[in-house]
Amino acid sequence: MSTRSVIPFGPQHPVLPEPIHLDLVMEDEKVVEAIPSIGFIHRGLEKLVDKKDFNEMVYVAERICGICSLGHGLGYSEAVEHIMDIEVPARARFLRTIWSELSRVHSHLLWLGLLADAFGFESLYMDCWRLREDALDMFEASTGGRVIFSVMKVGGIRRDVSDEMLKDFYQRINRMEEELKAISKPFLTDMAVQTRLRGVGVLTAEQADALGCAGPFLRASGIARDIRSTGYCAYGDIDFEPIISTEGDSYARTECRIKEIFQAFDIIRQCIDKMPKDGEIEVPVKGMPNGEYMMRIEQPRGEALYYVKANGTKFIDRMRVRTPTFANLSGLVETLKGCDLADVPILVLTIDPCISCTER
Amino acid sequence: MNTEFITVNPESIIDESQKLKFQGYHLMQQCATRIPDAYELIYSFGKDLEVKQLKITLPEDQEISSITSIYPCAFIYENEMHDLFGVQIKMINIDFEGKLYRTAIETPFK
Repeated sequence: MSTRSVIPFGPQHPVLPEPIHLDLVMEDEKVVEAIPSIGFIHRGLEKLVDKKDFNEMVYVAERICGICSLGHGLGYSEAVEHIMDIEVPARARFLRTIWSELSRVHSHLLWLGLLADAFGFESLYMDCWRLREDALDMFEASTGGRVIFSVMKVGGIRRDVSDEMLKDFYQRINRMEEELKAISKPFLTDMAVQTRLRGVGVLTAEQADALGCAGPFLRASGIARDIRSTGYCAYGDIDFEPIISTEGDSYARTECRIKEIFQAFDIIRQCIDKMPKDGEIEVPVKGMPNGEYMMRIEQPRGEALYYVKANGTKFIDRMRVRTPTFANLSGLVETLKGCDLADVPILVLTIDPCISCTER
Repeated sequence: MNTEFITVNPESIIDESQKLKFQGYHLMQQCATRIPDAYELIYSFGKDLEVKQLKITLPEDQEISSITSIYPCAFIYENEMHDLFGVQIKMINIDFEGKLYRTAIETPFK
């Protein structure tokens, strides 16, 4: 047996926009074991339930993360709405769905850019982020924000979107789709890119399921688990199938995410076609929440859970958020076993890590 | 979506988890909530889109067995419950011993 050594990876590393630390136990160039450490940016947001009432907690939830902020506000609001038995108006449900899918578009494009940057394809990285700007522009036009949107509320949404703007969204999405076709080609067919991704970090379906993985990281191993299938928001009125791949390697994860962007465009178009042309966007919230509920939603990075326990006062007892990256850490540790040291940055990226979400 | 909470004793958590494992459930999350003189623990398990949730009331001075021998990925949730709430969990497979989160004060959610 070769001599083992331990190489620290992170918390500061060029592929890591946020801090996570891994102790890589090495035998020559092979990783034998990886031990993760988090906690560098823990903010204790869940503890703010003591100081913020259940309506204000929507804003706190949105601040868990700068990429999936809309989803966090949505998941928390839906949990409280279930406790209070509130039925959100149809137009608000469709707009929530449109924004959720726009979040998926911008999150996946951000990730594709980071991946291209990690394997040194700078022009591709720029192209992905340039296209992502269109999604952010659409957010800015419809919600007023590019990172934190503050458009979600318990009982509905705060802002309506005009028909003219929705028509403009339709055209922009068609244009983005054409551009994405060109951008996705090098990711899926370029020889150099495939050399870095094919067969790297394979996770079988059995492993992914046993380790409780989530999102594209799970579906790339062949498991068609997509929480949108439960029909929350307006997903029950939309035709779509979970996107899966069977190889379970880094290439499969990339392919899944690219296909999910195309699918998001299709879902947004369906929403614009099917949503009621006018109507209420919120219902009045009466009384205080009393009870508990676990809400599941499909964030861009995977399934997120929102547990809310309320006691009949304006301050809830507990808000707990289980984010997809938190669930995917175990899968990451498994994929790192046996890989080359040079593949570690790519593998860390393929779970699409969001450490702000993880630490809350 | 079924989000019913099934109440179980702290002593039977290993048995209950084992049963769910045999039935094909994966671990979705574990979390703690502070209640007077005790903790309320929620363990969520999923199978496809179905969910089963176990609720355990654990007295403050009592230990609970780790389920990492059944679900190895539970280590991250159990370390979190220990670090933030001070829940005493024995036999975690990867035990960070209070160092998973770097908090300014010990067990801030206790």
